Amino acid sequence: MSAPVLLLSDVTREHMQGGTTVRALRGVDLAVHAGELVAVMGPSGSGKSTLLHAAGGLDTPTSGQVLVEGVDLAGLSPAATAAVRRRSIGYVFQDLNLLPALSAVENVALPRELDGVRRRQVRQEAVAALAEVGVADLADRFPDEMSGGQQQRVAIARALVGPRRLLLADEPTGALDSTTGEEVLQVLRARCEAGAAGVLVTHEPRHAAWADRVVFLRDGVVVDQSGPVAGAESLLAAGGSA
Amino acid sequence: MDGSHTRYAYSVPMSIRHGLLALLERGPSHGYQLRAEFDAATGATWPLNVGQVYSTLDRLERDGLVAAEGEPDAEGRIAYRLTEDGRRELHTWFASPVSSRSGRDELSIKLALAVTTPGVDVTAVVQTQRSATMTSLQEYTRLKTRADGDAGELAWSLVLDALVFRAEAEIRWLDHCEARVARAAARRRQAGTPSSAPAADTPSATGGRR
Repeated sequence: MSAPVLLLSDVTREHMQGGTTVRALRGVDLAVHAGELVAVMGPSGSGKSTLLHAAGGLDTPTSGQVLVEGVDLAGLSPAATAAVRRRSIGYVFQDLNLLPALSAVENVALPRELDGVRRRQVRQEAVAALAEVGVADLADRFPDEMSGGQQQRVAIARALVGPRRLLLADEPTGALDSTTGEEVLQVLRARCEAGAAGVLVTHEPRHAAWADRVVFLRDGVVVDQSGPVAGAESLLAAGGSA
Repeated sequence: MDGSHTRYAYSVPMSIRHGLLALLERGPSHGYQLRAEFDAATGATWPLNVGQVYSTLDRLERDGLVAAEGEPDAEGRIAYRLTEDGRRELHTWFASPVSSRSGRDELSIKLALAVTTPGVDVTAVVQTQRSATMTSLQEYTRLKTRADGDAGELAWSLVLDALVFRAEAEIRWLDHCEARVARAAARRRQAGTPSSAPAADTPSATGGRR
């Protein structure tokens, strides 16, 4: 198997809260490969968001390593970390994803423009990214002219525009109704199948079920994982009430 | 799904078997007492008659999982105790997820008994089930993706949706159980009462008993 796009090894994150040390993550190991979508589940306070922030270089672990495309984020200057974040990592949040003053295609193009890529190429990449999530026809719309589901598709397009392969999603379906949420997850899953590596933080079991693997966090520790077993049909044959 | 009646009839005796083993983990007991304790532990949701209890005890004794303890008392009642094989069988039951074949009732009974049986890590029981149910949920979702691709498959897709929502409800319920067990343990710690569970005091980090 090729090297993982994201690799967390023995990551611990401590912070001070009211005079006591809180260990938000305790020795977490996690590898996410290209083509794979991993969901992280856990109750509030279990360390889900801290894990996502560490994976995205938004937060620095107290100890342990975070490698994105083989690059150790801890060894980088703040400027270099920012560059890795921009070039390798895309985020999708529950809301506040798109800049309201920019059209869909401009939103998607923005991170590449900041990278100094030529305008013409940026536009091409952005249009291609929008097509990949099925909203090519919305390129010139502004966020307030799109539905919540359409906005999230544009956000996914922006997260994966150009060469970026690591997609970090924090409750991306939180503000959407059930059917629209499913569609967004379907797009997320399709982008991972096309070669991206995705990490999805969610508290919805039904949404986590779109992942190849579900990682359960409790008090900053990965306590268990669930993944596919052989023979889906055998489950149904067994009565299917689980 | 079809066969729900047979499944019900099948699953409850399975649970009685393990339910009695769980109750005997607290100490030797006779049939009438076991029946009362089973009702107390499961909130009388699955009332047993004493005949069921004795026939189950007979089968457990035949299988070497329980053994008669001492002589009959003044009223002719024989107490049973758990054998080592019985204890192993009980721990295997707590450590394994309930399969989709055995129906929901067994899971409720298992959780109800897990919180009242000494030395059982309730959080581990919950997590084992959660992983198993999540794996099923992932499989249903995968099948649904395939079904969604085909316009003629709407009916099948809706059936899968039913399985998906049921599995989701079960996971939510497990989350809820875990949170309540944790809260109860925190309250006990605060009150300074270590545990009121009888005997067999294996330390349990999660405080999974009461």
